[in-house]
Amino acid sequence: MYSDKVMDHFANPRNVGVLADADGVGQVGNPVCGDMMTFYIKVENDRLADVKFQTFGCGAAIAVSSMVSEMAKGKTLAEAMAITNDLVAEELGGLPKNKMHCSNLGADALHEAIKNYEDKRAGRAPAEKPAGDLHEHEGEACECPYCETALEEENKAFCRACHVEFEECPGCGGITKKGDAACIHCGAPLKKAS
Amino acid sequence: MTSVYLDRIAATPLLPEVREAMAPYLGEAFGNPQSLHAAGRRAQEAVEEAREDVAALVGARAAEIYFTASGTEANNFAVKGLALGHQAKGRHIVISAIEHSSVLNSVKALERQGFTATLVPVDGSGRVDPAGVEQALTKETILVSVMTANSEVGTIEPIAAIAAAAKPRGILVHTDAVAAAGSVPLDVQALGVDALSLAGDQFYGPKGGAALFVRKGVRILPLLDGGIQEGGRRGGTENVPAVVGLGRAARLATRDMAARRAAVVPLRDRLLDELPRRIEHVLVTGSRTDRLPHHASFCVEFVEGEAMLLSLDMRGVAASSGSACTSKALKASHVLLAMGLDHATAQGSLVFSLLDATTPADLDRLLEVFPPIVDRLRRMSPLWTEHLKKRGS
Repeated sequence: MYSDKVMDHFANPRNVGVLADADGVGQVGNPVCGDMMTFYIKVENDRLADVKFQTFGCGAAIAVSSMVSEMAKGKTLAEAMAITNDLVAEELGGLPKNKMHCSNLGADALHEAIKNYEDKRAGRAPAEKPAGDLHEHEGEACECPYCETALEEENKAFCRACHVEFEECPGCGGITKKGDAACIHCGAPLKKAS
Repeated sequence: MTSVYLDRIAATPLLPEVREAMAPYLGEAFGNPQSLHAAGRRAQEAVEEAREDVAALVGARAAEIYFTASGTEANNFAVKGLALGHQAKGRHIVISAIEHSSVLNSVKALERQGFTATLVPVDGSGRVDPAGVEQALTKETILVSVMTANSEVGTIEPIAAIAAAAKPRGILVHTDAVAAAGSVPLDVQALGVDALSLAGDQFYGPKGGAALFVRKGVRILPLLDGGIQEGGRRGGTENVPAVVGLGRAARLATRDMAARRAAVVPLRDRLLDELPRRIEHVLVTGSRTDRLPHHASFCVEFVEGEAMLLSLDMRGVAASSGSACTSKALKASHVLLAMGLDHATAQGSLVFSLLDATTPADLDRLLEVFPPIVDRLRRMSPLWTEHLKKRGS
């Protein structure tokens, strides 16, 4: 199911760890989504002198994090910002479709770390990320935000693959899990199902 | 590399006797059981003999056994066939929150046709409270479907008590016994159920050989309209080799069940005891007392199941994380969430299910390779780092 490259990065992940004196830290995902990634960066002369990560998640999530760290190390900040999730997946020789959305968040986590570094340098308070922020919702709200299985036209409120019931977030209009306290996309509080 | 197969809930190997019983029907005995000639009669006799064996496994009569292609089909047949056959009486169905997707999604499909359903919750061990089922019953309820045992956590449900709550009201009771049949003694009279699903690939029979018991006199609509096979309730030419294999596997299970159980339970218990001792923050999921004899399930905190499965596979150990479907969808299992576990813990779900051929040395191997795997993944996990910080080490 996984390419040899994915398995290699999973078995021998590069740059795992924590940078105690990191210049920037970025985190995406949460355990609801299944994957959670934290990136630490060290910046010297506008370049990523060191990149470390920690990941809770499946084989793809660990391989993606490892690949991102390898692609980013030594790059300028601008070059690192140009790394996209799709490029990472391509570099890994592709990812299974159901992993593209949930596990392929490494570039996002790296970008969060760079933004965190820039905010700190500019003296800005780091942007408050709402708890549970996963990823931007793209396109039509017709796929399960957890596993990307297409939702049935006549029953968009239920994913048959993950048995999750959804509702529309009043804040961002995205599809989010019914009964949760907050929207997974924008963090807006949701009305508790009575 | 040593290979240790601990994923019985996904597939069991064919027993040699089962393969031998099937062989003629993959070869010279190719007749269609519906044919009048000798070749047809030979196939028909084999199918009917298998029907006797399957009936004996669950205390039913042969005429009450309908062959299907899978446990999923048996569950679809039961839930949809019974509900649609009795909708004149009412359109409400009661199931548990931890049913297999074939029951859950059959009910969802019926809901789209105007049926309503109540999902009865489970306790922390995955047990359905019969009183909870009773409370969910309404005047409109026509069907209760609760699984005999859950394949993700191994818990055996109190089906007889559940049926006793529903029967006096004239409500039909189905149980999905796919995970349990062939491994624990089942008797449809003692259980008091009207329908029961089972699948031979869970007890050393072939894939494709499964069955539904439907009590004599209970109306059920066919899922597959066709010819007169299976009493007109399941059209389609019989899969003779699979049916024969299922029958032989059922006969062997009936004969050997007690001995198989006696051999595997000590190994299961060793695993349930030792794994949490060897690795901190490992929970046993499911019931310790009412549990499938071959089933040991856990949640390993701070790591994710698929990463553990891949790592185990690299060391030659096959296991599963919840049901095979769950690990494909890669989402926290609805079973574990219904048991009150949080998402992060549920992501660390792991099931080791033992074959009769599993040896103490197999478990030694697992207990040797598994702790370093968890250790490696935890050192990679931000949740573990956070936990260590909180713990102050």
